Amino acid sequence: MTMAQDKPLALISYVGGMHGLIQEAADLMKQHFKLITHQEFLQNPSLHGTKIQVLFSWVNKPELLPSLFTSLPALKLVANGGVGIDHIDVPYLNSLGVKVSNTPLVVSDATADIAMGLLLASARRIIEGHQISMDPKTVDFQSLIGTEVTGATLGIIGMGHIGLRIAQRGRGFDMKILYHNRNRRSPEDEQAVGATYCKNMEDLLREADFVVLAVNLSPQTTGLIGHKELSLMKPTATLVNVSRGLVVDQDALLEALQKRTIRAAALDVTYPEPLPRDHPLLHLPNIIITPHIGTDTTATTLKMVQMMIDNALAAVEGRQIPNEVKPK
Amino acid sequence: MAADKPWALISEVGENGYFEELADIMREHFQIMPLSDFLQSPALHGPKIQVLFIWKFYPEPKPSLLAELPSLKVVCSAGTGTDHLDIPYINNLGLKIANTPHVVSDATADFAMGLLLASARKMFEGQQIARGPEMVIIPQSLMGVEVSGSTLGIIGMGEIGHKIAQRGKGFDMKILYHNRSRRSAEDEAAVGATYCENLDDLLKLSDFVMLSLRFHTDCTGLIGHRELSLMKPTAILVNISRGLLVDQDALIHALQSGIIQAAALDVTHPEPLPRGHPLLSLPNALITPHMGINTTTTAKKIMHRMVNNAVAAVKGLPIPDEVKPQ
Repeated sequence: MTMAQDKPLALISYVGGMHGLIQEAADLMKQHFKLITHQEFLQNPSLHGTKIQVLFSWVNKPELLPSLFTSLPALKLVANGGVGIDHIDVPYLNSLGVKVSNTPLVVSDATADIAMGLLLASARRIIEGHQISMDPKTVDFQSLIGTEVTGATLGIIGMGHIGLRIAQRGRGFDMKILYHNRNRRSPEDEQAVGATYCKNMEDLLREADFVVLAVNLSPQTTGLIGHKELSLMKPTATLVNVSRGLVVDQDALLEALQKRTIRAAALDVTYPEPLPRDHPLLHLPNIIITPHIGTDTTATTLKMVQMMIDNALAAVEGRQIPNEVKPK
Repeated sequence: MAADKPWALISEVGENGYFEELADIMREHFQIMPLSDFLQSPALHGPKIQVLFIWKFYPEPKPSLLAELPSLKVVCSAGTGTDHLDIPYINNLGLKIANTPHVVSDATADFAMGLLLASARKMFEGQQIARGPEMVIIPQSLMGVEVSGSTLGIIGMGEIGHKIAQRGKGFDMKILYHNRSRRSAEDEAAVGATYCENLDDLLKLSDFVMLSLRFHTDCTGLIGHRELSLMKPTAILVNISRGLLVDQDALIHALQSGIIQAAALDVTHPEPLPRGHPLLSLPNALITPHMGINTTTTAKKIMHRMVNNAVAAVKGLPIPDEVKPQ
C-alpha cells in the first residue's frame, strides 16, 4: 500500500458541513490521493500548489476561479462530480493544459427516481398531506384531491440516458409517453418504453399531463420553457424539472403558477441554488422545491466518487481519461 | 322526474363529503339527503330512504341509524375495504352491501409508490430545507436510500399489490411477495415477482416492505416488534392497507431506535391520530391522511360504481359488487 507521502495530491473543498464531501467519499479518495482541503491550500498556496495534480469538484466547490489555477501549475484534471458541467469553462481550462471529466451514466437512475418522486408527490399532494397529518393545529382533515397518474400522458423533453429511464418508470404506471429530443431515438429504444416522438415540442406541450425536463443546459436550452411554452400547456398540467434551473424562465413560471396557467410545478433545480429566502416562488401553494437532491443517495454518490477517482488516476498516470469532456 | 327518483342518504355535499361533480352523478338517479337534514326529522325522512351511501366511513351504519331506515335496501360503501361494516348484522336486517372493487386499484398503487419515493429520497425534509427560513444542508441528513434496483417486498399480492409490483418493476426493483396463496406463473412473470412462502424471508431481504393486503381482524398487529426487528435497519415500511395491521407502539420504538430506517403510512389507528401522538413527531415517519384514492378521476369512477350498485338494489336486480357474507 502506497504511503500517504507517495500518493498524488488532490484539492477538494471540504468534508462534511454544508456542501462538502461525505466521509465515505473522502475515505474512498484517500485510498489513492492525499487530500488537501481548499482552506489548507489557501493558508499556504506555495506549500502544496506545485504538487496538486487533480481538483475534485463537488457541488461547484471549490470555485473554479482563474486565480485558483495560477497557483496550481501542476494541475492535470478537474474531475467533476455529476454529469452537468455547465458551470465549468472547458475551453478555458483546456487552454491552460487542464482536462475536465464528469460522471455520466451513474447518475441516471437516481435522477430518474427523483423525477418520478417529484411527479407523484405533486400529482397526489403527498407533501401537503403530511403537513396536514402532522400539524398540531389541524382540526379538519378535509380531503386533498389530486390528479390521476395512471394512464396520464407523460411528456419528456430531453430523452438522453436520464430521460429514457424516466420513460421506463412512467410506463410502469401505464402512462402514455411522448418525448422531444434533438435527435429521434432508435425504434428499439422507443419500443422498449412505448414512447412516441414529437418532432415539434409544441405538440408535446399541448398534450402532456406531466412535462418533465431532462435536458443538458446549453445556450439552446437556456430559457427553453418560457411564457409561450407554459401557455401551450394544459391548465391541469404539471411541470417537473430535474435539469438545471436556467432551462426554465423562472419569472414566466411564477406568473403561470400564480394565474393557474398550469396546475403545479415540482423543481429539484432552480436558479440560483438556493433561491433567496424572500423569492416569490418559495411561497406558492402549488409548487414543490427540493434542494438539488437528484443524486443524493449513498450508493449513487459513491459510484460518482469512484468514477471521479478513476478519471483522476488516469490523468495522473498519463492514460486516456475515461469520461473526459471535450469542448464542442 | 326528480320527484320519482328514489332517495339516498349521504354524509354531505362539500369539502368534507362529496364534491359537486360527484353529487351530480348521484343526482342522475337519486334524490340525495344529507345526514344533517335527515337528523332534523328522522321519523319523517326515514321511510323514504332506500339507499345509504357511505363515503370515507360516513355516515356510520350504526344500528341506531339503520333502525330509522325501514325502507333501506342497500348499504353502498366507497372503496374496497369492508372492515368498518358489521356485515352479518347488516345482512340480518335484510339489507344488501356493496363496495367498489377494482376502480380504486390504480390510484392506490400510484400513491403507494409516491409514498415509497418520498420517504426513500427524503423529499419532505428536502422541501423544508429548500423553502425554510434558513438554507442549511448537512449532506448526511438528506442522503436517501436508492430505489432503483432495490428489493421491494409486497405483503398482499391482490390486485393492488400486483399493480404496485408492476410500478416497482419500472424502477428495476427486485420484487418479492407474500400472499395467502401463490399467484399464477403468468402473474409472477408479468412483474418479475418471486414468492416468499415464509413472511420472515421477505422481511429479512427487503429494502422496502409494502403492506397491501386486505384487512381481517386476525391480521391485527401483523407487523410487530418481532417482524420489525427482522427487517433491515436500512429498510422502509410502507402501509396503504389498514392501520391495525401494524403494532403502532412497536413501530414507534423501531423508528426511534433505528431498528428500521423509516415508515410511510397512509393509514393509522385511529384516523386521524390524536394531536400529540408520538408518531407525529418522528422525523422518519411520513404520514398522510388516508388519501390513497383521492383523485378526481378515481372518485368519479367510485361514485359511478356506487350508483350502479344502488340502482340495481332498488330495482331488485343482482348487485354487481355485492359483498356476500363470509
